[in-house]
Amino acid sequence: MKRQNTILGIAALLSVFTLNSNAQVGQPFIHDPSTIVKCDGKYYTFGTGGGGLISEDGWNWHSGAQRPGGGAAPDAMKVGDRYLIVYGSTGGGLGGGHAGRINTMWNTTLDPQSPDFKFTEAVEIASSEIDEDCDAIDPSVLLDPTTGRMWVSYGTYYGFIRIVEIDPKTGERVKGNVAKDIAIDCEASALIYRNGWYYLLGTHGTCCDGVNSTYNIVVGRSRNVLGPYLDNVGRDMLKGGGRMVIAAGDRKTGAGHFGRYVEEEGVEKMSFHWEADYDQGGRSVLAIRPLLWKNDWPYAGELFKEGTYEIESERRGYALELAVDFVRQQGGRGMFGGGATAGPQAIEEQSLIDVYEKWPKDNIDVRIGDYMFRPHQKWTVTAVPEAGGYLGGQYYKITIAGTKRALAATADREVITVPQYTGAAEQLWRIEQLTDGTYRIMPKEVPGCDEELVLMSSGDSTPSLGKFDFSSDNYKWNFRNH
Amino acid sequence: MTNKRNLIFAMSVLLSFGLCQNAFAQFPGGGQGPQGAPQGAQQARPAFQGQAPQGGPQGGQQARPQGGFGARQPVTFEPTDITPYFSPSTKKPMAPDSEGFIRRWLLLEPITKSTIRNSNTPFVDSYIREQFGMQYFPNQMTLIPRDGDVVKVDGKDLKWHALDSKLYNTKLFRFATSLENSDRYGILFWAVTVINCDEDIENIRLAVGSNSASMWWLNGEEAVILSGDRRMVADDATSKRLTLKKGKNVLRGAVINGPGMSDFCVRFIDENGNPVKNMTITNE
Repeated sequence: MKRQNTILGIAALLSVFTLNSNAQVGQPFIHDPSTIVKCDGKYYTFGTGGGGLISEDGWNWHSGAQRPGGGAAPDAMKVGDRYLIVYGSTGGGLGGGHAGRINTMWNTTLDPQSPDFKFTEAVEIASSEIDEDCDAIDPSVLLDPTTGRMWVSYGTYYGFIRIVEIDPKTGERVKGNVAKDIAIDCEASALIYRNGWYYLLGTHGTCCDGVNSTYNIVVGRSRNVLGPYLDNVGRDMLKGGGRMVIAAGDRKTGAGHFGRYVEEEGVEKMSFHWEADYDQGGRSVLAIRPLLWKNDWPYAGELFKEGTYEIESERRGYALELAVDFVRQQGGRGMFGGGATAGPQAIEEQSLIDVYEKWPKDNIDVRIGDYMFRPHQKWTVTAVPEAGGYLGGQYYKITIAGTKRALAATADREVITVPQYTGAAEQLWRIEQLTDGTYRIMPKEVPGCDEELVLMSSGDSTPSLGKFDFSSDNYKWNFRNH
Repeated sequence: MTNKRNLIFAMSVLLSFGLCQNAFAQFPGGGQGPQGAPQGAQQARPAFQGQAPQGGPQGGQQARPQGGFGARQPVTFEPTDITPYFSPSTKKPMAPDSEGFIRRWLLLEPITKSTIRNSNTPFVDSYIREQFGMQYFPNQMTLIPRDGDVVKVDGKDLKWHALDSKLYNTKLFRFATSLENSDRYGILFWAVTVINCDEDIENIRLAVGSNSASMWWLNGEEAVILSGDRRMVADDATSKRLTLKKGKNVLRGAVINGPGMSDFCVRFIDENGNPVKNMTITNE
């Protein structure tokens, strides 16, 4: 649930707090966020109560998005050159009545500062009455890419999740369309389409109970937008089915209100809210995670965590490394490990001290080679909070562990290491998990180059920069801690 | 590349003789100890026998090291037939093959590097830069040799051979084994070819695989270095983006190997990794 009693409390929660490095920064306080929509270079999401959040970079969020109508849990979509907002203008509540109204309205911009910012008059597209087996709030909109038809799902735990068809040109209900029940025991439903499958995401668990909220996002899928939506064990969502996409973790509880954002092929994000963030006083915050796909099921990716890693190429499985002389270690040679005097003594790993003085002191090239957990292959990835971010992530510096030697993009669209990290834009890296679980690594800037380029394997053993292509393993990497 | 067969054989030698250099004195490959003087001045010739040996390119008449631990059986190698691997180059310009690999090369008979005959482990960057930075013969980095030209290296006459590989890769090992009195392990090869372009071809990369370490220069500029004990893998290492200029471009490479099969494969690839083929290849 949500609703009337929580709507009033939302605004009071919007205040400034210190955030940890794993959360959206700024003031990402929102409940029931809509799908994130980009408008004129800025990101927008709308929540319960009438307001919403704006971000210029997708990482630092602040209040300021506006929409009329109040009510609960809107959804948003760009359709052509206009923006469609769908929202429930009422809120029922599990213990109250369940009369609800779903409305649509349009705007040509989401920027409240624009002179063109003006919503059309809201149009009702669905409703529920008191004691009906439905609670008409929490809408989600889908524009079917295969047919051009537009669908809206809505509902809460109180009765069914329903789907209706609306006209993508007007936002009005298609004449004669009859609502169809597609799930129970959900709220905050979301409809998406991918690769021949329609997905219905719903939120199960307890809403609006702070750190005790058990809200969690589940999914079922169907070949038909009208269902049946079955989970991974074949259970119909009309019988309560649903495979988990994300639940509590990382000191945050109550995942709800899924939204999908496709940056480009292979780069997808999912937005939702945490009912309570332990590091932010237990308030409800916007969350953005990589969205992964496996066997045509969606999974929540992981927020990138700082640490020291092998950076492994997906192309060959070799490791990014400094192009320095390999320094041999003693031990294990001869008789294939069966030497008569050999005892089961541990061998110390090569340390930075063993090799550092042998390395050149100026720029050193990078290459890709067999991973041997040697110092020239261990990279420490550290967030740089002052460098800003991108949708769902922040910039990082990538340095050889134990040193200040930093990975950097060059003007000739190659990569090197410089002896000292300086904070220059070409030394800042955007790290995003891709839909297949691998990562792309993108410099914030390539000197003298306007193109967005990513770290790539031009050969098995040679790194470079190139234009991202999800269909090629040349552009994918893994961060391994082993 | 050092493989297990080499290692087992080497260990058997060591077991028989202890860790002394004399163990190498009768190592197959011909009449020279690791610290010994270069081989005699008799000029080697590739053995074109006109037909493939049974078993095709991987067959051959090469005697193989036999025996395992504790066994030592000296082996005498005879020159093998080069025909399955190479044919003599012609004057007619050659195109890259369907995958863009460059098959026409001027190859210098191998330079003996006895100290690495039994191991590729020294092939770190600084070592191979030192080895390829030495001057072995005059005009080493500018010469476009002709077929049959002879250079003297460490008192030994070595001949350039203009050859077209029948395979996408250039089997240096089989080039060496086809020669009389040539070492086949612990050797350094020089290779030269000429790339002719009708126009500048920009933003392409030289893509190389080699067994073992190698360095490559395009028009005198270092393009790629492959260090370490390497396998030959197509598109293993690439150059930075470079330009093949209109007209003649000289591509030069040096490959060093201890034990194992020496070879290389070279092509140019575009931004998307696709082969670049709008060129011809000559040896002059």
